[in-house]
Amino acid sequence: MKTVRVQYFAALREQAGCREETLATTAATLAVLYAELQRSHGFTFPAERLSVAINDDFSGWSAPLADGATVVFLPPFAGG
Amino acid sequence: MFRLSRAPLKPDTLRRRLPGEGAGACVCFEGRVRDRNRGRTVRLLEYEAYDRLAEKEGGRVVAAAKKKFGLKAAVCVHRIGLLPAGEAAVWVGVLADHRAAAFDACRYIIDELKARVPIWKKEHYARGAAEWIAPGDTRGSKAPSGKKA
Repeated sequence: MKTVRVQYFAALREQAGCREETLATTAATLAVLYAELQRSHGFTFPAERLSVAINDDFSGWSAPLADGATVVFLPPFAGG
Repeated sequence: MFRLSRAPLKPDTLRRRLPGEGAGACVCFEGRVRDRNRGRTVRLLEYEAYDRLAEKEGGRVVAAAKKKFGLKAAVCVHRIGLLPAGEAAVWVGVLADHRAAAFDACRYIIDELKARVPIWKKEHYARGAAEWIAPGDTRGSKAPSGKKA
């Protein structure tokens, strides 16, 4: 079991009902963590539509999840 | 240079960040809040960013443009917060020796920003509803759902 901090922005923030949360998880990768959160929060985005960041930089979905990491799942961008 | 701004953008001040240096072409782009989208009247746009990563990735976009187009200077600032229709949401300014590189670089920066920088917008409509916008989301683009109630 490891502890991770998850931050949310925009549509995911509203669906989660919070800006961030600290979780205990056994998920080995970001993909597994998102699947868990999707079940618990009812997120409407399939993982294919999101990008993901660990410790304030972009990451791949298969990246291992380390204890103490800060994770952000990013909805499709819409700047400009 | 890339940064996010919670205060209104000031193009005249930003343009001064592109000093002469004898370069022959300065191209600036100002993106404003459009009052209509997908057949609906937009009253406000709400911009939100993942600040730390947006500033990092925005900086990478501007640095890549400077290298790719041989720019003398490049500045990009994006507004965050609630913006009424007509207000400037993003400003890009570049300085190059010749116009072709300046036009191309300005276009490159705004296109890459939209694709790569974690910024989101929520449209607030005249009738009170609000929606986060996702590019490629074509709901309502052909048949606006704003029925005359």
